[in-house]
Amino acid sequence: MAKALINLKINDIPITVEEGTTILDAAKKLNIKIPTLCDHPDLSVAGNCRVCVVEVKGARYLQAACATPVAEGMEIYTNSQTVRQSRKHVIELLLSEHNADCTSCSRNSKCELQDLAAEYHIFDRVLLDILDPENLIADISSPAIKKDISKCIHCQRCVRTCEELQYVSALAVIGKGAEQHIGTFFDYPLNEVVCTNCGQCVLHCPTGALTERNYVEEVWDAINDPTKHVVVQTAPAVRVAIGEELGFAYGTRVTGKMVTALKRLGFDSVLDTDFTADLTILEEGTELLTRLKRALVDKDPEVKIPMFTSCSPGWIKFMEHLYPEMLGHLSTCKSPQQMFGAVAKTYYAQKKGINSKDMIVVSVMPCTAKKYEAQRPEMRSSGYQDVDYVLTTRELATMIKQAGIDFMSLPESDYDPLMGESSGAGVIFGATGGVMEAALRTAYEIVTGREVPFKNLEITPVRGFDGIKEATIKIEGTKPEWSFLEGVELKVAVAHELANANKLVRAIKEGKLHYHFIEIMTCPGGCLGGGGQPYPVSWEIRQMRAQGIYSEDENLPLRKSHDNPEVMQLYEEYLGQPNSHKAHELLHTHYFPRKKYLN
Amino acid sequence: MDTSNLKKVDIIFSKVDNPLQILDKALQKSPDDIINEIIDSGLKGRGGAGFPTGLKWKFTKNEDSDVKYVICNADEGEPGTFKDRQIIEEVPEKIFIGMALAAYCIGAKEAYMYLRGEYNFLKKDIIPKMEWFNNEIKNRGLDVTLYLRSGSGAYICGEESALFESMEGKRGEPRNKPPYPTKAGYNNKPTSINNVETLVFVTMIQHLGVEEFKKLGTKDSRGSKVFSISGDTPIPGIYELELGMKVSDFVREFGDGDTKAVQIGGASGFCVPRKNFENTIIGFEGIPTGGSVMLFNSSRSMYNILHNYLDFFVEESCAQCTPCRAGLQQLLKGIEAIKRREKPASYLNELIKLSQTMKVASKCGLGQSVANPFVSIVENFKEEIIF
Repeated sequence: MAKALINLKINDIPITVEEGTTILDAAKKLNIKIPTLCDHPDLSVAGNCRVCVVEVKGARYLQAACATPVAEGMEIYTNSQTVRQSRKHVIELLLSEHNADCTSCSRNSKCELQDLAAEYHIFDRVLLDILDPENLIADISSPAIKKDISKCIHCQRCVRTCEELQYVSALAVIGKGAEQHIGTFFDYPLNEVVCTNCGQCVLHCPTGALTERNYVEEVWDAINDPTKHVVVQTAPAVRVAIGEELGFAYGTRVTGKMVTALKRLGFDSVLDTDFTADLTILEEGTELLTRLKRALVDKDPEVKIPMFTSCSPGWIKFMEHLYPEMLGHLSTCKSPQQMFGAVAKTYYAQKKGINSKDMIVVSVMPCTAKKYEAQRPEMRSSGYQDVDYVLTTRELATMIKQAGIDFMSLPESDYDPLMGESSGAGVIFGATGGVMEAALRTAYEIVTGREVPFKNLEITPVRGFDGIKEATIKIEGTKPEWSFLEGVELKVAVAHELANANKLVRAIKEGKLHYHFIEIMTCPGGCLGGGGQPYPVSWEIRQMRAQGIYSEDENLPLRKSHDNPEVMQLYEEYLGQPNSHKAHELLHTHYFPRKKYLN
Repeated sequence: MDTSNLKKVDIIFSKVDNPLQILDKALQKSPDDIINEIIDSGLKGRGGAGFPTGLKWKFTKNEDSDVKYVICNADEGEPGTFKDRQIIEEVPEKIFIGMALAAYCIGAKEAYMYLRGEYNFLKKDIIPKMEWFNNEIKNRGLDVTLYLRSGSGAYICGEESALFESMEGKRGEPRNKPPYPTKAGYNNKPTSINNVETLVFVTMIQHLGVEEFKKLGTKDSRGSKVFSISGDTPIPGIYELELGMKVSDFVREFGDGDTKAVQIGGASGFCVPRKNFENTIIGFEGIPTGGSVMLFNSSRSMYNILHNYLDFFVEESCAQCTPCRAGLQQLLKGIEAIKRREKPASYLNELIKLSQTMKVASKCGLGQSVANPFVSIVENFKEEIIF
């Protein structure tokens, strides 16, 4: 049913919009900018910062443009004297309780509060400084996320993110009045609570209150240490986002330039996480087929179906906290980052004749949870910490800028050999549904000897940004050794954002839904929308990054993980078969039940 | 007493022999008839905001929804207000009848009393009486059940939308309006929320008739009101008075002969200095109040009084919105800084400007009303604030 139309005037300009439109959105249609802070397109409306207040003729009070729907005949003024005074007061009030030591803040020059302060000329602060000195001590307990409440403006974007997108609620509003702050369960440090380290709070924070733990200096030190052989791996989603920090449009593919930049930064070898994404497909695909055989042929009551993917460390910790009884459903495969670290410090070291102890493995990830994952005690299969430092996309961009590299004019280079080759299947790991699509391309072919029956290998039902996606593929014409799968309708599902994952897992736990294989990504849109990606974020930006990822897949000569020659070489020379004993030692892991609120 | 211009009234606490007869009589009328009577009576909400009660019911009734709620706001938290507590203790059945009638009129099956956390000690008396009442209305075939809910002691939960959040088990923070409660209140269903005293007046209007009620008060402030009178008075306590009186008449009755200021409407209300007693009316045409009137004599420091109010608000703001959270701390620390000579007296003008921003830009009534005491005390007692 078409919505009723509402006629109103903003700054005396008439406009007609649909019923239910907010004043803010109506003003946008007229290209009138109203400043906002607590508003975010991913989140529910809060209306608490009050920086967007406007005057509505006849109303006793100013109205929050983000939270007020238009009404017939409304006359709105967005720049009246009262509005300007209120807006300046709101900004100055926020600054008065803010640690405005901007030069020591990692959001310096990328801060929404700073932008507004500049725009509204808050040069001479009239009000008192009311920042509580106790707030100056930041929580750096987590290896992934730094929480500095002296920078907090109480907009609650993080709280809404953690609750609405992720169903985690590690962050909540605590206390009232002057004591009110954003805290954790009984204000425990971040590393002791249910936090999945996903970093969506970081991505949605308008200021420097929530940031990633920064390891740029450690990586510079490693690069400049002549005794160390420093290799770097780059995750699939980084290549379609890092350009945004360095002058390119949203979602531009800059793979070749990024590789050149990494070489110029001084890494000894520039390698690709896509390589281990392909490796993951072989390990995880084999694990799935083995589980299906145990279920269908051996009738093993112990086997856990559906099997969930395990690439996304935020999702893993989510399961450990909220569904510890279902950990058996998680694939035992490590994530591509950790497979990379384990293989680099064993196979690669051996091939290169380097002692593993002299190797430093650096990851560039769209993710903050990877910082946590790298430090998990299980992730030391090489005898050392397999991945030493994890940088976000943002941190790598910082290093490139620090090195004085003009990214836009860089020539393109290829990844270095041994662990640098990848297929399009590895690349699409960066988008929600990508792991599923990559797995199906390989598993279907292993079982039938034929390519998946989708045009140009594009398994469209698992693509796109629907929160939960489903697909059914009928397996026909199996090879003799897979005849037990003949006629089986393989049911798969894909979810991204932990709130969607939670709905799916709960339904499965309650026996309402049945699948064989499920891909879960922690972040909205998958890794391309990860907590380590450039600011800002919206579904439009995620969409552009997804286009970048799928066009990279389309343009690669290899499209299927099992066609990756370097992966095959790794099996032949080192691992043997997928899921072999050696593969299990290096590439698989186990999970630990945790408590609902605390670690 | 007889020379006084004040009219003391005894409606709220009056003893009614068989209160259930009021309910029986009212239930013979249609909901529309009752609502029209309440509209006709001119009854306005007695919690302080003064929204016409009959209209609130009419709006809620007109909403198309299977589920609607009635809520009795018994989160009496305004400093200086203590009349609802006595009403609950003395005439709970009159409140229950008002709740049941509200439910009957708007089409609700559930009616909740949201009781201030600090009043939990009243529960042991309320619960058995509520059970008795539920039984009585069940016997009458009325499909309404009364429930009791407790707050946890936050002042802000007396704000209706924060109260809904609290009842839903969430943090008590006011919501954006619109939508208003009549459209989307508790559980986002149409909800009629009324103060304790308002509901008793509904009952008593049914008992005494609209005309009796209209005989009292003024055009804008019909009827009487229960006042919580405290401060420098020889006779503090709870009094039901006809609305529309002058502050001077009030002070003549309750003052100690040395009254220099009267704070009307609690900490978030207005301070009236002696020079304005004669021309200030207590009522919706003058200064409205939820019932709190505090008298101050010349021994009181108005700086201390303002400091005390601001202290209270700094602690009780829900702190979600910037003007209220940070603005309050600025006002409090600002007057301290002036007192300590760290800021010049002219800084008061900055604070008054700030309080005006808080009034227009805050999200809910708390932040919006802080300018009332601040400006009225600062402007009338500037020397006491500065020196």
